[in-house]
Amino acid sequence: MRVALFVTCLVDLMRPRIGFAAIELLEAAGCEVIVPPAQTCCGQPAWNSGDKVSAARLAKKVIAEFEGFEYVVAPSGSCADHIRTEYPAILADEPAWHARAVALGSHVYELTDFLVNVAKLAKVPGNFAGSITYHDSCTGLRSLGIKAQPRALLAKLPGVELKEMNGAEECCGFGGTFSVKFGEVSAAIAERKCNNACATGAAAIVGGDLGCLLNIEGKLRRQGDEQTRVLHIAEVLTEKQ
Amino acid sequence: MSTDFRARRFKANSEAALANPVLQANMKMAKGKFVDKRAISIKEIDDFEGTREAAKALRNQVIENLDLWLEMFEETATARGATVLWAKDGAEICRHVADIGRKHSVKKAVKSKSMLSEEAGLNLALAAAGIQPVETDLGEYILQINDNEAPSHIIAPVIHKSLDEVADLFEKTHHTPRKTEIPALTREAREVLRSHFLSADMGISGGNFLVAETGSVALVTNEGNGRMVTTLPRVHVVITGIEKVIPTLEDLSTLMRLLPRSATGQSISNYVSVLTGTKAAGELDGPEHLYFILVDNGRADVVGSEFQDMLRCIRCGACMNHCPVYQTIGGHAYGWVYPGPMGSVLTPLYTGIENAIDLPHAATLCNQCGVVCPVKIPLPELLRKLREKQVEKHLRPWFERIAFRVWAWMASCPTLYGIGTWFAVRYLKWLAGGKQSIPVLGAAPEWTKGRNFPAPEGKTFRELYARRQKP
Repeated sequence: MRVALFVTCLVDLMRPRIGFAAIELLEAAGCEVIVPPAQTCCGQPAWNSGDKVSAARLAKKVIAEFEGFEYVVAPSGSCADHIRTEYPAILADEPAWHARAVALGSHVYELTDFLVNVAKLAKVPGNFAGSITYHDSCTGLRSLGIKAQPRALLAKLPGVELKEMNGAEECCGFGGTFSVKFGEVSAAIAERKCNNACATGAAAIVGGDLGCLLNIEGKLRRQGDEQTRVLHIAEVLTEKQ
Repeated sequence: MSTDFRARRFKANSEAALANPVLQANMKMAKGKFVDKRAISIKEIDDFEGTREAAKALRNQVIENLDLWLEMFEETATARGATVLWAKDGAEICRHVADIGRKHSVKKAVKSKSMLSEEAGLNLALAAAGIQPVETDLGEYILQINDNEAPSHIIAPVIHKSLDEVADLFEKTHHTPRKTEIPALTREAREVLRSHFLSADMGISGGNFLVAETGSVALVTNEGNGRMVTTLPRVHVVITGIEKVIPTLEDLSTLMRLLPRSATGQSISNYVSVLTGTKAAGELDGPEHLYFILVDNGRADVVGSEFQDMLRCIRCGACMNHCPVYQTIGGHAYGWVYPGPMGSVLTPLYTGIENAIDLPHAATLCNQCGVVCPVKIPLPELLRKLREKQVEKHLRPWFERIAFRVWAWMASCPTLYGIGTWFAVRYLKWLAGGKQSIPVLGAAPEWTKGRNFPAPEGKTFRELYARRQKP
């Protein structure tokens, strides 16, 4: 299987190791991984802010770069859903582009969904041991149905103890540009998420979308918690201890 | 309450709400109550999803031919002795009610809950017309005696208040010994309200649904005050939006499977009244005069627009109950009659998109509202479309518009983007100074108001990957 990795702009900027972990997982599942070198951002912030022109510009760039591949995988439910569901809407007025958007969308996957349901990863490369709690990111959960997939992968690590938090499916308050438009409200919602997560006593908070994870980590560090680890699921599945 | 454009100040309102410890404590108490009950009660229906689909379809059927269903309603209601009046806006609602009051020499009007009367600021207009308005929904009554405070929730108007606050208010207003038990407080309210019910000349109610085939209004209530308001006084005035019409009683039963469950998590509300016509000869109860004031106030403009889905709304409040933003700041911050996700769509549509700039952005687009909406309104999508409208109408701040264009242009030029990110991650890493996170970030002051900014690794994925690919 030839898989193109859509790294996502946040992973590129903030946590490159998540991108490398995703490559390792895909290769462990027997995929040939290609990383189109000119990729930047899927354009979701523009679309969610009402800037259709910018959103369309970046959508076309991603379509042109990724449409030739058998599969496109992103370590983010939010970005994968944006490409899969929103590109056809963004380009609805341009029939040729719309058709290309629909065609691309049909083979775009979120990482854990792809590993479990398409590549059928048998054995994960890491040996992470410790207690974790899992935050279900909104778009992955409610638009793509990402819920069982990450838990199925975590179950392949015998050393992992999953401690579910109250309100695991509740929003962490990130919301993309919401977090920089209404910082105080966003941080107050994040506080509730952190309190629920920490109440489990888990040593690590794990999720599948870096935006949420940066929000949660930022709140924890502000609260003075420098111990609880905040990790992407790809990091957990590839970490060698 | 009229449009005072408090919705323009959402950001300041929300920050004030966060800084109010009493409100924060009350919101924490309230959170989850309706959410948990709804989750349990929807399991009672074998095919909840199918029922949502059916409700969506029947509401769409009405909205797409709204004029026809309204004409049918007018015909059937008139045939049963009611008078149907039309109101273009809040001012016309107030004029109609004042005229009706004059015609029937009304001195006192008892009201059950009506959000339309909030849209119109009706209580002030009634007082000006020499009619004493008395709210009889317990929550609305509490707000009225608290200097006409605005409701903060469409079905639980005092959800932002604590028992202690209500106890203080009753003691002060009723000049009675302070009571701290809920049954004692409700008994006191009942005693006060009873004399108003008996002495009122007019009852004013909202309407959950208007049934076109029978000319009836359906009322869904829990306290019983709705029955008193609609049957005891000589005159009954129903004020409701034009979108509330449904074709048949059978449709009512479909919607009633969803409404109480979505709203309060009840299988059925304590009272469901279907009221048809005036008191007939030989009947003991019911009004001698029945008026329907059917209100546009912005609704007709939404028909046929890209926001038409919003008119399906049956005012259950599930979207706000499940909204992380509403749960955190309460309803007053939204600044107009309707709070939460539905309010963030309705307020700009009904009061002017330029008067509620923040509201469409006051959501994380988590889509929990869309998931729980009983008539499947795609609320996040409507909020996003409103954001798009703001950009089209040049209502966003200039620096935001420029920032997005510049960023999108850079992101379309990979080399330039690579250079920009190369510098950015190194700068952020340097700012962190070896720590895990940055406490104050000048480039993102809103972010670091309430949380730190995690430090980046210090190199971009693209540069690391390019290096790895080299032989």
